[in-house]
Amino acid sequence: MGETSLLSIFFTALLIQNVALFYLLGMCPFVALSRSLKTAFGMGAAVIFVVTLTSSANWVMYQLLEKTGSQIIQYIVFIIVIAACVQLVEMIMERFFPALQSSFGIFLPLITVNCTVLFISLKVTVVDNLSYIQSVVYSVSAAIGFWLAMILVAAIYEKLDLIGNIPKGLQGPGIIMIITGIMALAFMGFSGMV
Amino acid sequence: MNLKTLFGKKGAKTIKNAIWREHPITSATLGVCSALAISNKVENALAMSAGVIFVLLLTAVIISTLRMLIPSRVRIIIYMITIAAGVTIVDLALLAFFPTISEAMGPYVPLIITNCMIMGRAEAFFIQNPPKLSLIDALANGFAYMYTLMAIAIVREVFAFGTILGIRVTPANWVDWVVLAAPAGAFFVLGIFLWIVRTWAGVEPPTSS
Repeated sequence: MGETSLLSIFFTALLIQNVALFYLLGMCPFVALSRSLKTAFGMGAAVIFVVTLTSSANWVMYQLLEKTGSQIIQYIVFIIVIAACVQLVEMIMERFFPALQSSFGIFLPLITVNCTVLFISLKVTVVDNLSYIQSVVYSVSAAIGFWLAMILVAAIYEKLDLIGNIPKGLQGPGIIMIITGIMALAFMGFSGMV
Repeated sequence: MNLKTLFGKKGAKTIKNAIWREHPITSATLGVCSALAISNKVENALAMSAGVIFVLLLTAVIISTLRMLIPSRVRIIIYMITIAAGVTIVDLALLAFFPTISEAMGPYVPLIITNCMIMGRAEAFFIQNPPKLSLIDALANGFAYMYTLMAIAIVREVFAFGTILGIRVTPANWVDWVVLAAPAGAFFVLGIFLWIVRTWAGVEPPTSS
């Protein structure tokens, strides 16, 4: 992936191989929080922030592990870095940005177990072996893609909920799956772009 | 077979809860990512469930044995390290013995670490219960996870490729439904699956917030 342009990485991660709609990741917060546009927005923003931070940290970590030949513990190291970053961000926000903390701080602890975060860290290191600049571009655009998919689905769900004639068994997770499915079909249309 | 005589009263209740009433995927919607991503072929679904069950059992044994020693402030980190260690074992084992499956599953194997089902069981059950009961819970939840994954995988593989485990089961003039092999198909099949199971089991819909 050495000579791929940054622009094509951006569009691939944002639209064509969207983390939520192509790799089907981060579904737990997706299902739980897509019921209102406001929470979806907050969670998405928190994901963008944390992903950018952790994947750069993990990229450095991976280079270190590779140099010392200890890739066997890479998963453990990645997950600890993610947990530590989330904790750190939470503490800094509480101390310096209390307003920001109250708007999306409640989503931060949940992000540690969000598969998107670990996936993006793995993707830029173990899977694709990107350079530092490429990995930053990839992480930012993939996270924006997740945020985009989430608010699109949440907006549709809010409108559907107003009509309110969804069958009982399909309410909640069921209908979100179907909406996301249709959204994934629509995003398949982007596949010829790059 | 009577569950009560086999596992005792508490064990039987744990099993019933896990595989039907509080089913991890359909009732709590935990561990959905892998149920979607890995269910395009029965073969992959089997490997994934085996991996998850192994990690679940390992976590159950370690966390429930050490539950008196783990300070509650750092328990989440301890779960993560335990799970990550288990997943490393699974990943290396797959790479060594089943290289083709390992390649097909790619980055989804390490993502077992963030499978919320394992974290969820550790926090809700293993940390409070003795090893024997935790093992039963882990097995039951693993089984519940496996049968759901298999059900989705069988539907998707039959309709999308006309095969089960690579053996052709559909007539020769069968037209493959390619969309079911695509990510969108996973959402549709799981959505309909949730609809059927939730209607049948009478799960109350979540109150809109």
